[in-house]
Amino acid sequence: MNQMTEIKPLTRKDFESDQDVRWCPGCGDYALLAQVQKLLPTLGIPRENFAFISGIGCSSRFPYYMETYGMHSIHGRAPAIASGLKLARPDLSVWVVSGDGDSLAIGGNHFIHAMRRNIGLKMILLNNRIYGLTKGQYSPTSEFGKKTKTTPLGSIDRPFSPVSVALGAGATFVARTVDSDHPHLLETLKRAAEHPGTAFVEVLQNCVVFNDGAYNALSDRESRADARILLEHGKPMRFGKDGNKGIRMRGFEPEVVTVGENGVTEADLMVHDETAANGGLAFFLSQFAAPLPVPLGVFRAVDSPVYETLNQQLAADARAHKGQGALDKLFNSGDTWTID
Amino acid sequence: MNTETMTVDAPKASSPGMQKNRPIEEIKSVVIRFVGDSGDGMQLTGNEFSKAVARAGHDFATHPDYPSEIRAPTGTLFGVSGYQIQFSSGQVFTSGDTPDVLVAMNPAALKTNLSDVKHGGMIIANSGAFNKVNLEKAGYQSNPLEDGTLTDFRLYSIDISEFTTQALKDTGIAKKEIGRCKNYYALGLMLCLYSRPLESEEENIRAKFAKKPEIAEANVIALRAGYAYAESTEMFVSTYQVRAADIPPGRYRSITGNHAAALGFAAASELANVPLFLGSYPITPATDILQELSALKHFNITTFQAEDEIAGICSAIGAAYGGVLGLTTTSGPGMALKTEALGLAVMLELPLVITNVQRGGPSTGLPTKVEQSDLLQAVYGRNGECPIPVIAARSPADCFECAIEAFRIAVKYMTPVIFLSDGGIGNAAEPWRIPDPATLPRLDVKFRTDPEGFQPYARDANLARAWVRPGTPGMEHRVGGLEKNYLTGNISHDPINHERMVAVRAAKVAGVAEDIPPLTVEGPDSGDLLIVGWGSTYGSIVQAREAAVLAGKSVAHVHLRHLNPLPDDLGEIMSRYKAVLVPELNLGQLSKLLRERYLRDVIVMSKMQGKMFKVSEIHDRILELC
Repeated sequence: MNQMTEIKPLTRKDFESDQDVRWCPGCGDYALLAQVQKLLPTLGIPRENFAFISGIGCSSRFPYYMETYGMHSIHGRAPAIASGLKLARPDLSVWVVSGDGDSLAIGGNHFIHAMRRNIGLKMILLNNRIYGLTKGQYSPTSEFGKKTKTTPLGSIDRPFSPVSVALGAGATFVARTVDSDHPHLLETLKRAAEHPGTAFVEVLQNCVVFNDGAYNALSDRESRADARILLEHGKPMRFGKDGNKGIRMRGFEPEVVTVGENGVTEADLMVHDETAANGGLAFFLSQFAAPLPVPLGVFRAVDSPVYETLNQQLAADARAHKGQGALDKLFNSGDTWTID
Repeated sequence: MNTETMTVDAPKASSPGMQKNRPIEEIKSVVIRFVGDSGDGMQLTGNEFSKAVARAGHDFATHPDYPSEIRAPTGTLFGVSGYQIQFSSGQVFTSGDTPDVLVAMNPAALKTNLSDVKHGGMIIANSGAFNKVNLEKAGYQSNPLEDGTLTDFRLYSIDISEFTTQALKDTGIAKKEIGRCKNYYALGLMLCLYSRPLESEEENIRAKFAKKPEIAEANVIALRAGYAYAESTEMFVSTYQVRAADIPPGRYRSITGNHAAALGFAAASELANVPLFLGSYPITPATDILQELSALKHFNITTFQAEDEIAGICSAIGAAYGGVLGLTTTSGPGMALKTEALGLAVMLELPLVITNVQRGGPSTGLPTKVEQSDLLQAVYGRNGECPIPVIAARSPADCFECAIEAFRIAVKYMTPVIFLSDGGIGNAAEPWRIPDPATLPRLDVKFRTDPEGFQPYARDANLARAWVRPGTPGMEHRVGGLEKNYLTGNISHDPINHERMVAVRAAKVAGVAEDIPPLTVEGPDSGDLLIVGWGSTYGSIVQAREAAVLAGKSVAHVHLRHLNPLPDDLGEIMSRYKAVLVPELNLGQLSKLLRERYLRDVIVMSKMQGKMFKVSEIHDRILELC
């Protein structure tokens, strides 16, 4: 092989596989694919060191379209498979691409345990609030009352907030973005890629066939400024077309206020702190519901020991203490006796 | 069969077990069962006794039998825990059919075990525990130690509770702690009775309780007190000696099936020079393997206690994809949960070993008892045409070899392999002749690194695809559970391609038969009866057949390690006998496989009691058949 190690910088083309992309035209998954392919060449990681692991669902076709190592596995189990891969091969950059059903219904258990362990996985959840691949049944993130093929009279399930679940499970990096805002999507993925432990990104994603328009308020350039609030670390929580709306605490309840009206000043607004040791603020934000704006950005990013690093340390300590394992010694340990 | 006794003159003093003025009866073999409350420490007592027996150079086999409750209410029938050992001057294959000696620590233990004891056998009962409350709990109207219930036995009624308390009264330790020392009193008593020295046991106690020296001292005192009692009392007419067994020279240790499996997996990793990853979830009776390997972090071993059984196997699949030896360990119900992921492993064609330490089923079933009822699940239990090689261990020590064999097949054929053990051998112990690691055959693992002409699903002569570690430049590729193109591995829904892939996956697993060495037939080359066995029934079949041969019967035995595919020579071997008997701890699962494969009838011998076959049960069946 060519041993000349003149490294050609990677481009997004290098990450496009030869497989035809088979998502519906207009699907939000295209946006994620494009931004990931744009991001990876900038990370300084050789292409062969990326592995994409997915479960089942529309979003889980993702690995086939990436010219990296990858596995399209079984429903809900991608975090478990990725955990094994990352523990066996801490040198790899391991990404999990999943959907709301895959991560929060059939794979809920693996999802929360991945969050709690803080293994260095980049976990992207494409949340379209519907089952697409099985053609339109409600999902664990579908709104209460939603009419779908399996809830013809309206859903009586109360939905999960993926960000709340991740935070509740102790995730050290939690962010939310939306498929239609490409720069925000790219920036959020970049932040996730840089986080050493488990990094969770919820991507609000439009399903053009079974749940079209679910996030119109967030994608419409006219309305989105009032419908969303972009979280910025250390900054007061301001939003709105004119940037004069803000979030103020009243007791334990958040309220929307207008800076400059009724004596409200910027000093009255909540200030975002993604590094707060206490996850309370992030969880509080994750519970925002109308008429409050939808928070987008990094909810939480805290340093915490990374599982695979701890695991390597345990092995190193054991070797320092006992020496590198040798079969002869192992076999002959314990109570032995000799027959002549 | 194993109780021929003869009285010999008092031999030369060789141990503190030497009895003054008391004859030593030499016996060929003996079966002892220790029974008590699950909190009485009977597993420990039995285990320590087996170590003493091992040090004396005996062959032995043990059978721990305990309830699934951790500590059931004291004195109850369902809380009885037992440990049986057979040791001998000859070869031992089972823990024995009928105890010659029963050590019963309370009435419930006596009640639940008495019917098993040999007629005329010895019963040593802790009379101190035969009080009104305990007798009632065990359902005794009157005290069996006094009412003549035990006239057919040699009864030794000893107040172990009180004697232990007396011995420890000056130590100052709490009453509750004193109560916990009585198992060592019983052990001391038995060590004396069977002419075993105390010193090694005292060392064991001090090592075990190193962090609590006062408890260690108390246990040593209890041990010595029990020993002294047996030595000095007039009660025992004689003590017993079993000569050392005539077993091949070498260094030995006592090993359980689960421990042997763990050592085998560690060895497989070293022999392949590839790290091992175990993803597992605790489940009885398989948990020991996870525990043993968790203590071996100084080897190239990672253990991962996953959130559930599914994550156990899935993490192992992820690790295998990463280029290490993937392993998961479980028992029946956990196996059911892993089924979908097994199918994925078959599609991915990655090496993986799944260990099922079978227990009584279905569902939660009998968690601590033995059964062989997961064979058809292992061979067939998945959606789609989903072939997986299956092997099974025949004894505790055999688990070591099977663990290595499972990985040998897995890496050679790039396939998941199911390794069946069971609760009978997983927790039972026998002597293991320690191998020299240098003599163990290496496992040949090659990772492909050459991208030239690489096709992810191109195959070698064994129909195995290449193993490629992520991180290898120029060979980026995707795998998955969807049907894949015959060469590229890309998704394919082409009907002919699917049929071709189904066929090649089946042919690959069928091809494993080429690696199976010729079967060993014990007994005549042809004749009236062939016994075909698999797994933990081995010991019972061997002893039953030997007895039948002594009775002039023409009966042979072949024992299978490889169950899928079956060995190529089995059909021809079966054809040389008039009848084939298949003893199994299920309703005839191997029998089904044999009939289907060879189109000949076999005689099912089934037992579904959560217990091993008794030698006599198989022996009697042989006599009925020929």
